[in-house]
Amino acid sequence: MTFVKKNPSVLWFLVILAVFTLAVTLMSPGTGTGVISTSFVKTLGKTLCLAMVALAMDLVWGYTGILSLGHMAFFAVGGYMIGMWLMYARTEEIVFAALAKSPIPPTPAELHDGIASQIFGVVGSSKMPAIWAFAGSLPAQLALVVLVPAALALAFGWLAFRSRVAGVYLSILTQAMTLALALWLFQNDSGLRGNNGLSGLQNIPGLNHVPQEWLSIWFFWASAAALALAYVLLAWVVSGKFGSVIRAIRDDEQRVRFLGYPVEGYKLFVFALTAVIAGIGGALYYPQAGIINPAELAPIASIYLAVWVAIGGRGRLYGAVMGAVFVSLLSSWFTGGRAPDVPLGFATIHWVDWWQVLLGLAFVLVTLFAPQGLGGLVDLITGRRAPPRHGAPLGPDTGSLQEREAEE
Amino acid sequence: MSSLLEVSGVCVTFDGFRAINNLSFQIGPAELRAVIGPNGAGKTTFMDIVTGKTRPDAGRVLFGEKSISLLRRSEAEIARIGVGRKFQRPTVFEDQSVADNLMTALKAARGPWKVLFWRPGPADHARVLELADQVGLAAHLARKSGELSHGQKQWLEIGMLLAQEPRLLLVDEPAAGMTLAEREQTTAMLVDLAKTRAVVVVEHDMEFVRRLNCKVTVLHEGSVLAEGSIDHVTADPQVVEVYLGR
Repeated sequence: MTFVKKNPSVLWFLVILAVFTLAVTLMSPGTGTGVISTSFVKTLGKTLCLAMVALAMDLVWGYTGILSLGHMAFFAVGGYMIGMWLMYARTEEIVFAALAKSPIPPTPAELHDGIASQIFGVVGSSKMPAIWAFAGSLPAQLALVVLVPAALALAFGWLAFRSRVAGVYLSILTQAMTLALALWLFQNDSGLRGNNGLSGLQNIPGLNHVPQEWLSIWFFWASAAALALAYVLLAWVVSGKFGSVIRAIRDDEQRVRFLGYPVEGYKLFVFALTAVIAGIGGALYYPQAGIINPAELAPIASIYLAVWVAIGGRGRLYGAVMGAVFVSLLSSWFTGGRAPDVPLGFATIHWVDWWQVLLGLAFVLVTLFAPQGLGGLVDLITGRRAPPRHGAPLGPDTGSLQEREAEE
Repeated sequence: MSSLLEVSGVCVTFDGFRAINNLSFQIGPAELRAVIGPNGAGKTTFMDIVTGKTRPDAGRVLFGEKSISLLRRSEAEIARIGVGRKFQRPTVFEDQSVADNLMTALKAARGPWKVLFWRPGPADHARVLELADQVGLAAHLARKSGELSHGQKQWLEIGMLLAQEPRLLLVDEPAAGMTLAEREQTTAMLVDLAKTRAVVVVEHDMEFVRRLNCKVTVLHEGSVLAEGSIDHVTADPQVVEVYLGR
């Protein structure tokens, strides 16, 4: 196929992902020897979902030059949408089992009220909010996983791009959007259980007989498949003229306008597409995490996302995946308390506290000295070198690539 | 002769400063025109108005046989209607190959969905090769345009403009930073282009304008001071006073 021939990284990526998936399958407690624990399988599955949202971030930032600091909001919204069904359907089972013991079979209204008071008792309410209207239906909530992030991104993007907000101002606006959404969700009367969030998401309704070691590997497979699909889709999107146009927008959007391309339309398209990918990633992530609450939408989460992509190397898809996997696994190792403390005599470095400092330092150093990031290591293997270009940035726009990031 | 572009009574004010004051300008469908004037005369603002970058406070800008108004249209729409613009500084997409630059500029559907599913056919590759040949870059198609020399970038940008197939071409100081040989080549090219379309050249360099051998419009303080052949305008005492005499 010419597509694979022109984009050898796609084949490499799929092969590496398949080998990794097979290795984890053989080591998992459910399907293999059990060398690794169920919780580690979940961590790896979650990491693949994070890699997926990093891919989306790379398309929107690395390729189109829009530094969105709000994509984790779409990720969390996807999680909330699937979480609503998980929680509703699971509570339905429990309430039904409890009421079945009573002499008179429950009416649908009693069942409904029972579910509502069970879910919302924690925020002092026993009424089902209107936004839970479709929570009983899996197909409807799956559709909302895609539709809600898309609608949010389209509405926000239309307002922002149409007014030609760009650069750092747009980044601040996206942060404001994330924060506003988080603050709204923190309220008890938002209808999504306030700061309690949605919990018990690891229990899949109708699959009570399946142990977690099996569920974990199923979700791992689903995450790997979704990541593979997202990679192929985005590699295809950036391979043709569309890819040329969005990279051109990143480097000099005014010039693209004078070529006749509706720049705002492209930005909106990319913003919404990546929001959908982020939403799907979130819908796969949170059943593995088991709980989602408004803290997941904290602005810092989206900043981490940008840091992963920067460390991985923006403007190339595998770089984003490398950055997300490397940094998030390292982060869970350092913050998990397993990293040995470093005694310095006068003070001791506890990595749980110092990891963030290390990450911040790594971000600064990568930005200054190795803008190609981890993806640049691949160039060492393939022997690709940057062309001589005498130092100027590649375009006048704030999002444009710097010379040292560009490839031959 | 009916005109391709008709600008009449246009005024633009920036923070109280009248950049363009009751400007009127016309150009035919196949004509070469030079626009000259001292700094601050409104040359760039004039181009900004025609290409949709700046909205005038008053006046009309009409284009084509159907006299489509260019006011209230976005830059992209105006470009699709058939107005191409060449900037003073060469602006090519440095991260992409010469072939990709030309392919992006090639006249085709511009909407996101259509572009997403668009794949170049043999005719498109042939056209890119032909354009590259025309601007002397056929041997460099696979190179990143960032590696090209300054002059080659200028040529690539001209190639991209040709790929757009505009009916009106606005060219901002094409000779800036060019060697003498490149200037001569550029002059010949502009004269040749003006046989099939309208070309407006904004230029500082009198020698270059003389070589274009075309009608000249002199701008001063946002309106037309004089219009005619180069010898006619250089003989005008007012022009000498505000521009040439300095």
